[in-house]
Amino acid sequence: MNARLHRCGEHAVLVELDRLEEVVALYDALAADPPRGIVDIVPAARTLLVRFEPPARHNEVESAVLAVRPAGGRLATSEEVVIPVEYDGDDLADVARLTGLTEREVVAAHTGTAWTVAFCGFAPGFGYLIGGDPRLAVPRRPESRVRVPTGSVGLAGEFSGVYPRESPGGWQLIGRTETVVWDIAADPPALLRPGVRVRFAEAM
Amino acid sequence: MSELRRALVVLAPGPLTTVQDLGRRRHSHLGVGRSGAADRGALRLANRLLANPEDAACLEVTLGGLKVRATGDLLVTLTGAPCPATVTYPDGRTGGIGHASVERLPDGATLRLGVPPRGLRTYLAVRGGIDVPEVLGSRATDLLSGLGPERPAPGSVLPVGPAPAEFPAADLAPVPEPESGVLILDVLPGPRHDWFAPGALTALCAEPYEVTAQSDRVGMRLRGPRLERARDGELPSEGMVPGALQVPPSGQPTLFLADHPVTGGYPVIAVVRDHHIDRAAQARPGQRIRFRVAGDHRPIRPRRP
Repeated sequence: MNARLHRCGEHAVLVELDRLEEVVALYDALAADPPRGIVDIVPAARTLLVRFEPPARHNEVESAVLAVRPAGGRLATSEEVVIPVEYDGDDLADVARLTGLTEREVVAAHTGTAWTVAFCGFAPGFGYLIGGDPRLAVPRRPESRVRVPTGSVGLAGEFSGVYPRESPGGWQLIGRTETVVWDIAADPPALLRPGVRVRFAEAM
Repeated sequence: MSELRRALVVLAPGPLTTVQDLGRRRHSHLGVGRSGAADRGALRLANRLLANPEDAACLEVTLGGLKVRATGDLLVTLTGAPCPATVTYPDGRTGGIGHASVERLPDGATLRLGVPPRGLRTYLAVRGGIDVPEVLGSRATDLLSGLGPERPAPGSVLPVGPAPAEFPAADLAPVPEPESGVLILDVLPGPRHDWFAPGALTALCAEPYEVTAQSDRVGMRLRGPRLERARDGELPSEGMVPGALQVPPSGQPTLFLADHPVTGGYPVIAVVRDHHIDRAAQARPGQRIRFRVAGDHRPIRPRRP
């Protein structure tokens, strides 16, 4: 693991890695046994932001991060959720055109493999899912939509995701689900947390 | 007689009033930001003056304009940007109240805040704290994600919690006035200063930046010397912190405040040091800011003989 450390203000270190799988493995190891003083870890596509509080200092947090030996490459969680999807998204035809697949083949590819939540971002409970069929990699839409409805299922780059609530968004929308992925009354409030495995199923 | 629940009744919220505490921790891996008071030091001071727990919820009042009425006898204090504050008592008398001082607001009295001549955000704390329901462990309103209590509106009733066991130890705290001239903010370079042209850090500190009107609790857009990138291409989104100076392709930095996005896709050239983030949160649109690179402070260790 080739970790590059960048100090980020007085109380955070940005850990940069080469691959998302390394981010996920390091996140799992740090979250399972957080070194002293660490109060928040934000995993992202190639980085982990490690926030700490005094009396912890940069030097000791950096040493602690470098001393972690992530287990395996994959996530250890056994949790799996099934998300039923109506594949009638506004961009399904565009995704078919961009991937060279038929619309039915897009649906088959999206439901054909298990995805894993790599990290959350953009909005509370918005999980970035990885590990899907590589043929589904598509660019974001050239222009963002002002309003993407709650439950929209989208694709962008190597990721798939479910919009937790109505918001602006630029992902290619292939369908929508009734499954609630963000509920502040629930504990935990997010269904799609880092490490959770996801299977999409076509809603009948 | 039934015990009346003590409360603040909002008569007018002014341009922007929100409930804030010290924010949410340990949820950022779910995409939930910290939020909380933009000027954390001012909120802490207000709570200390009233012997509240340091993270009790207060009202953050932007550019004054708030008018509230007390239900039950309350002890209150104002910190942050000093503003004219007038109390109208139930018998019709009126009087001013001081800044960062402990004041009685009897049942039925109204408190009206004017526009602060300096600074931007005034904190109104009440002994016992504002006792609205917590969301994910905090009463902070996050205006970016929409989490937390609703924004107070005319007619909102904000319940006040039970008074803590401790009593206020001081009647007032001497606090420096917010600066009205050029604000000096110390920054630490990075994490992405290597994405910028060699002179960019020097340019950041050479001339003042102006706080534009596109400024809110999420961040302040600044106008000043353009910060040139040395690298093209996209930065995969990465975690952000309060005080981060994120630079979009325009070359004009945004200084992130309390409700900043959890992750961002533009490089951060430098981060404002903690003790100056509160100062930044009091900068008004039109005010100027000068950045200064300050070294990491290391503990002073006696030299071994």
